[in-house]
Amino acid sequence: MENKRRLIVLIAPPAIVLAIFFLAPLVIMLLYSFKDSTFGPMLPLSVKHYMIFLQTPSFFRLLLDSSKLSFLTAALSILMAFPVAYFLVFYTGARRIILLTLLILPAWTSFLLRVLAWKVILGSNGLLNQLLISVGLISEGAPILLYSQSAVLITLVYVWIPFAALPLFAAMERIDPRLHEAAQDLGASPAQTFWRVTLPLTLPGMASAFFFVFIPTLGEWVTPTLVGGVSGIMYGNLIQDQFARALNWPLGALLSVVLLVLVAAFSYVFNRFIPITEVPVST
Amino acid sequence: MKRNFGKWLGWAYYLLLLLFLQLPILLLIVFSFNDSVLLTFPLKGFTLEWYRQLLGARELLNAARNSLVIGLISSGVATALGTMAGIAISRYNFPGREIFLNIATLPLVIPYVVLGVAMLILFQALNIGLSLWTITIGHAVINIPYVMLIVSARLSGFANNLEEAAMDLGATYWGTLMRITLPISAPALVAAFLSSFTLSFDEFSLAFFLAGTDNTLPVYLYSQLRFPNRLPLAITTAAVVILVSAVILLVSEWLRKVGTERKIRRGG
Repeated sequence: MENKRRLIVLIAPPAIVLAIFFLAPLVIMLLYSFKDSTFGPMLPLSVKHYMIFLQTPSFFRLLLDSSKLSFLTAALSILMAFPVAYFLVFYTGARRIILLTLLILPAWTSFLLRVLAWKVILGSNGLLNQLLISVGLISEGAPILLYSQSAVLITLVYVWIPFAALPLFAAMERIDPRLHEAAQDLGASPAQTFWRVTLPLTLPGMASAFFFVFIPTLGEWVTPTLVGGVSGIMYGNLIQDQFARALNWPLGALLSVVLLVLVAAFSYVFNRFIPITEVPVST
Repeated sequence: MKRNFGKWLGWAYYLLLLLFLQLPILLLIVFSFNDSVLLTFPLKGFTLEWYRQLLGARELLNAARNSLVIGLISSGVATALGTMAGIAISRYNFPGREIFLNIATLPLVIPYVVLGVAMLILFQALNIGLSLWTITIGHAVINIPYVMLIVSARLSGFANNLEEAAMDLGATYWGTLMRITLPISAPALVAAFLSSFTLSFDEFSLAFFLAGTDNTLPVYLYSQLRFPNRLPLAITTAAVVILVSAVILLVSEWLRKVGTERKIRRGG
């Protein structure tokens, strides 16, 4: 009994704060998606915006495109981070923490500013175009990268590589070196050891890297705004636009609900494989 | 021989990736000293003019101060609440623990644009005007799960026999909490506070939706990006922020390394 009282004292404050400022907003957002208009009354509920959503193929297309882009971002970040994590864990001994820290240091600086850096590089007057013009590869005033989906992809991969590297690194560090010795003693070649011991044991790390890159990328709108232009917009821009410019809050709420459902489904599947508490936090 | 080749290849790749990740940041820093409004090569010459202007930019400094205050308050709140939750989940087995854990870690995975508009709708529905406080609340919410996981990871590295011993010797439960549990968690608390602070200080997407007339630094910088002639000042601010947050994070990582003898164990 005494124990129960203590637990309640500990858990009630965070639970109440999360209920009011985290759960309640999500519930209200769901209600809001049934609202008839932004400034009208809450009741009667209406499915007007659901109909609009269902009848607008471009919403689906953008959601699909954004999912593809997020998938690519996650896959490429992992692909680029994997060799470096492998090298650091298995080849660099005690120095690996220092080397890793150097590598992920950019990740600790502002997201917005890192995207800004790429705007400077990829911009039409940007450094990349200047370089290409000066070596004569393209002619003046023909921006090749800014305001396109590839610019968004490059910037996003740049932003997320460090976050993909951390779980991979953590997963590889947990591998008992004796397993490698055992595999070799039993006659496995280095390639066989990699495919049949190292890689399977790294899979949980890969899964969590994928998850933690894919999800935030799916809701992106800042990067597309800064480097993507019209052809590079993502689903998140659609939501942001309803609140910042179009002022169609019910539709914005609905678009958010759709994204939330997608994310929740994905988290649920992911969680069945890897409990979230076991995901390495920040390192 | 073969291993040497692999090692050589590994170093080459490491250095290449390091260059790719650091170069954009270095460019920002280099251009903050460049004597031109245009961000183009060749560099025009060395100047401290942008840094001088930075010291006189009232709005910008105001935004920076807002970010600082929001960072301190929201991290303080998140650290307190997250620590309570962290102690609860690592020291108690209670019905609903799984549900609580699932909900409390959800802010980690929810896209900020969704949480941002949801909170915006809530505040509007409750007739709460947007201000620096609404941003503070948003930042506290997203930081609670981080603190909770860092603290519970730290505590699960220690069996609770120290706490039991203290209580056997006559300490009250809350006395034990103050004199055993919290000191044990101290390095995690400091690290959690610092990483919450950095997250809040840099956070843009939530703050964008929850900001009233007063801006945080990222929101202010974003508003400046539309004006090309203000880009150098934005970049100079970026250079300062980057260097300061790098220092803060190196210290916090160091504290965490020193403080955490054990790693997060699987299946714990």
